Amino acid sequence: MEEFVRLRALAAPLMRDNIDTDVIIRIDRLVGGRPDEVGKYAFELLRYLPDGGENPDFVLNREPFRRAQILLAGANFGCGSSREPAVWALQQMGFRCVVAPSFGDIFFANCFQNGMLPVVMERRTVEAIAAEVEADAAHGFVTVDLQKQTIVSPSGKEFRFEIEPARREALLHGLDEIGMTMRREAEIAAFQSRDRNRRPWIYR
Amino acid sequence: MGRTLFDKIWDEHVVADLGNEVALMHVDLHLMHDLGGGPGFRMLAEKGYRVRNPELTFATADHAVSSAPGRTEDTNPVGGRLLRMLRAASAANGIRMFDLGSDGQGIVHVIGPEMGLSLPGMTIVCGDSHTCTHGGVGALAFGIGSTELVHVLATQTLVQRRPRRMRVTMDGAPAAGVTPKDMILHLIGLVGAAAGSGFAVEYAGAAIRALGVEGRLTICNLSIELGAKIGMVAPDDATFEYIAGRPMAPKGEMWERALAHWRNLNSDGDAEFEREVRFDSGALAPQVTWGTSPEHVIAIDGRVPDPDGAIDAGRRASMRAALEYMDLKPGARLEGLPIERVFIGSCTNSRLSDLRAAARVAKGAKVASRVRAWVVPGSTGVKRAAEAEGLDRIFRDAGFEWREPGCSLCVGANGEMVDPGKRCVSTSNRNFVGRQGPGARTHLASPVSAAAAALAGCLVDVRKLGVEPWKNS
Repeated sequence: MEEFVRLRALAAPLMRDNIDTDVIIRIDRLVGGRPDEVGKYAFELLRYLPDGGENPDFVLNREPFRRAQILLAGANFGCGSSREPAVWALQQMGFRCVVAPSFGDIFFANCFQNGMLPVVMERRTVEAIAAEVEADAAHGFVTVDLQKQTIVSPSGKEFRFEIEPARREALLHGLDEIGMTMRREAEIAAFQSRDRNRRPWIYR
Repeated sequence: MGRTLFDKIWDEHVVADLGNEVALMHVDLHLMHDLGGGPGFRMLAEKGYRVRNPELTFATADHAVSSAPGRTEDTNPVGGRLLRMLRAASAANGIRMFDLGSDGQGIVHVIGPEMGLSLPGMTIVCGDSHTCTHGGVGALAFGIGSTELVHVLATQTLVQRRPRRMRVTMDGAPAAGVTPKDMILHLIGLVGAAAGSGFAVEYAGAAIRALGVEGRLTICNLSIELGAKIGMVAPDDATFEYIAGRPMAPKGEMWERALAHWRNLNSDGDAEFEREVRFDSGALAPQVTWGTSPEHVIAIDGRVPDPDGAIDAGRRASMRAALEYMDLKPGARLEGLPIERVFIGSCTNSRLSDLRAAARVAKGAKVASRVRAWVVPGSTGVKRAAEAEGLDRIFRDAGFEWREPGCSLCVGANGEMVDPGKRCVSTSNRNFVGRQGPGARTHLASPVSAAAAALAGCLVDVRKLGVEPWKNS
């Protein structure tokens, strides 16, 4: 997994609540599609017009936001379906970090499996950063520092964020969760052996 | 201090405490489906791992199969490819699969409880967000992504954070025409679609206790639309009666041991919840969504709200976009709004009690000429049981299409979609933009409200049809 330590990049505001994973990537692009090609279909119904052309009104189609690597979003971002390609689609668009007041729980967990940093910040803070970015988009550079757990707005305002320590550690060092659990095989075997006596009906 | 139902199940599954409320958890049951199954096995192989506990893993085909009468696995060609991938990988890894046409095939969240796979006190995962459904039998069940799915295949465990606990108490007794679907939609409207984020929700109260297991499965199914990946109801005699005798349920002495264990699965009287929500289900009207989030819901006799009344800019933006997509104006009435499609099905509302309730409304009536109405039973078992009591004939006589089990119109992954700009009254769980097809306009409602809309050709207050109170099967 790719490490995430510090990122200074353009931010794009998509300040609408309840952006669900169906909107991020449609399911019919996953059925039979290639996982490494989902990026071009990200936000498909917002990003493209019915004739296939780009929708000029969609914020991520506009300069300089099409080069943004940090997404500022409304509450409940990534709600809905558990589809992990929603994270892959954002990554393939170039995003490495999403800042929002709240996230869908499964999307939030999926981010950490892929080196994507989801940052929870108070709504008014996300809105304040988004307002700065919108006021001067060309200079809308935001710095996300996972080591220091801070976000610095374009004008230099610094905000601290909380993140669960194990997840921070895994992102900082690009640790693979499955590999780490594989090392606990003895504990898993011991658990199952005890559990088999206690709850034999589980082991069919 | 007492422990909640959630805590009791969680504590029993901790393989290793990783500190800071993080634990390596044992997974008792892993359910797989056609959409994520084949790709999941491919990821597993790419990473060089093998399936650790194939006997705790079960598979079925639901998302990408066609629901067309007389379907074959290639009626939807892409679905056929996914199905064969899953079939081959299941066979190669020693995993039992409920294949097309066999008992046990159906929507994964319908067949789990129906086959007696999903049991109280279990940890259950599946690469699908509606896995919370299985909480209806008192399991700790939640949806996972593809990397977590591989983690489970390889280790039979998951690294999880202990969520906060929320209790939702539904008091009273719902009026005729008000179903479990209306109760949970009302809750989402009341507290919002993000309220459950970071929580495990327990549903309690007289209105929940009075429900049979199928109604509880419906309630728990929409937990994820509340923002909570876990929703559950403490098991009781109704649960045990429901499970007893099911094909994969414990039998004989094993049943007695399991039962003794399950009887302890409830929240202690002094257990504390970080959030409590309470309402009187007796005061509810049938609910219907107007927008593109399940929180965009009102009583059928209400009016579409004005975005200007919302406190947050983000919520206002979401409501404005929803009104535009749904082609509705603030203050509009939903009752009388013409519709083109009706879908009765999905992991929310495709069980026998749902179909019975809808059939009571449809009996002897006719679907409006402007409407194409589908009934898609949730599983082969539900389909057979419904046909045995003649529900298929009632639906067909009324002009509904009676179809084969699968996710069908809920998910747009099987070639079955609603045309752009058309309105569909759907018993499913998501009214998201494009969920039922690009440009499709979804109004979520109960099976009885959906059946009534099919007959009227428009959204309608089912109470005016003199409908009976909800019945458990």
